[in-house]
Amino acid sequence: MNKQTTVRRIITTDLPVLVIVLFAMAPFAWMILTSLTPTATLNATGVALSPIGWSLDNYFRLIEQTSFLKNMLDSLIIACGTVVVGLIVSVTAAYAFSRFRFRGRKLLMLQFLLINMFPIVLLILPLFVLMRRSSLLDTHFGLILANATVAIPFAVWMLTSYIGAIPKSLDEAAMTDGCSRLTALRKVVLPLTMPGIISTGIYIFITAWNEYLYALTLGGRNVRPVTVAIQTLIGEYQIEWGLLAAGAVVGAMPATILFLLVQRRLIGGLTQGAVKG
Amino acid sequence: MSLSISSPMARRRISIWRSERLLPYLLLAPAVVVTVVIVFMPMVQAVFTSFYDLILFRPNASKFVGFGNYGKLFSDPVFWTALWNTIIWIGLTVPLQMGLGLMTAVLLNREFPWRGLARALIIIPWALPSVVIALMWRWIYDPNTGVLNDILIYLSIVQSAVPWLADPKVAIYAIIATLTWQGFPFFAVMILAGLQGIPKSQYEAASIDGASTWRQFVHITLPGIAPVLATAGLLRVIWVANSMDVIFVMTGGGPGYATHTLPLYAFIKARQNLDFGYGTSIAVTFTIFLGAFVALYLARTMREVER
Repeated sequence: MNKQTTVRRIITTDLPVLVIVLFAMAPFAWMILTSLTPTATLNATGVALSPIGWSLDNYFRLIEQTSFLKNMLDSLIIACGTVVVGLIVSVTAAYAFSRFRFRGRKLLMLQFLLINMFPIVLLILPLFVLMRRSSLLDTHFGLILANATVAIPFAVWMLTSYIGAIPKSLDEAAMTDGCSRLTALRKVVLPLTMPGIISTGIYIFITAWNEYLYALTLGGRNVRPVTVAIQTLIGEYQIEWGLLAAGAVVGAMPATILFLLVQRRLIGGLTQGAVKG
Repeated sequence: MSLSISSPMARRRISIWRSERLLPYLLLAPAVVVTVVIVFMPMVQAVFTSFYDLILFRPNASKFVGFGNYGKLFSDPVFWTALWNTIIWIGLTVPLQMGLGLMTAVLLNREFPWRGLARALIIIPWALPSVVIALMWRWIYDPNTGVLNDILIYLSIVQSAVPWLADPKVAIYAIIATLTWQGFPFFAVMILAGLQGIPKSQYEAASIDGASTWRQFVHITLPGIAPVLATAGLLRVIWVANSMDVIFVMTGGGPGYATHTLPLYAFIKARQNLDFGYGTSIAVTFTIFLGAFVALYLARTMREVER
């Protein structure tokens, strides 16, 4: 009887889930296999399926012959900068939204939500013109600002719901003990919100790292994040899929690993709040 | 802080006034100022630009044309193609993502030993950069060496290699398939959260009453997750409509104009022809179309905030 239910479960649940997991993983797995196949083999017989044909050749070429490491650094600077800018201005705003009832509160919250819905194409064109005028094109700071257009509204909403989950009585208690509002924010609310702040920061990092259109339009010769660099790996006359795959795998790694590490907490926050995927 | 005020009473009153009246605005100021500068000012600029005939790098030749750019839209066949493509693009991608996501969520909501692992692995497409996704699928779709054709020919589903991204009739559906793959984990995760909010007792009561699994699904599960479906669906419509990076990298809008959507058309006009006036007017028009969905979504979300 028990055995029968196990078999039944495997057929109705485990197998279908396995199919979906394979569907979700297969394309990236194929990319990894491609990156492990040397170009000569790739052109002659296609992707090497067995470990005998694998080598790290493409990865060595990626590091030695291209500026990929420098591009990784650009992405790192931009993503970290966006996290810092996004969190600093959002924490106080989120505190205000969750602790005060003031005139214009709803309208301002709406404003932050609205920004997240704007088509990026509507922003990217005027930002290009503005940044060209103020010579911010092709700088880290310019791209940090551009990414902040996405990061700030997101962070404000996420943090508002995180801070909202902390009982008001805690900071009120601190204030009757003689703390000012700001001290209460710093000493009581911030430490308690830290897990939320960290996962918001990580999510900002991931989106900034993965961002492509701003990087393509507002970056250039000096500042070229990985997402743009990967595309330039396409050879001039013929696509070098092996090299390209290696770049894609390396470029996708940081965000993917972070995502897997924090996915549980992140999903909790995402499903509560209103968030752009 | 308040140097000139000596009496402790007055100081206290001032600080209360400060904290309760002004403080929220002070706390909000940095975020508001930054967003006004980097979002709203450019936005206003965009609306202005759309009234000008502006080719970038020839700024002296720019002139005010009023609604001229918008008038030009109506007689531009590419605009209508792009509009139609946008409708197909949203109309197919979002339901497909939702359907696959719903299926996945229902499965993941059951008890089985490796549930946590499966849930983490299924999210992977969502975490990948869109450039990587686009290039990856270009490699899979490649007409000569792509693995998809190999598999389909091996299974004799097709007789000869299909040029997935080069055939104007097929290209948009190939991209829709890619975007479905990218987006279904989002739905799965959102719907799963909704499913876990439905009390088990409802199912128990229903099965005592002899309701079949299907009837339980229709009468308990679907109503239970309806709010999540609506919110996630609206969010996704907006997001899918805006996402042009995958198309841009996969086909660049081609072959011909077969995979142009409105935002992509605006972007290409501005980027390749440097025709910022016309490009922005397409972007503004698109934003207005999208506005209806945005308004619906905002209304829903703000109602939640009311609590």
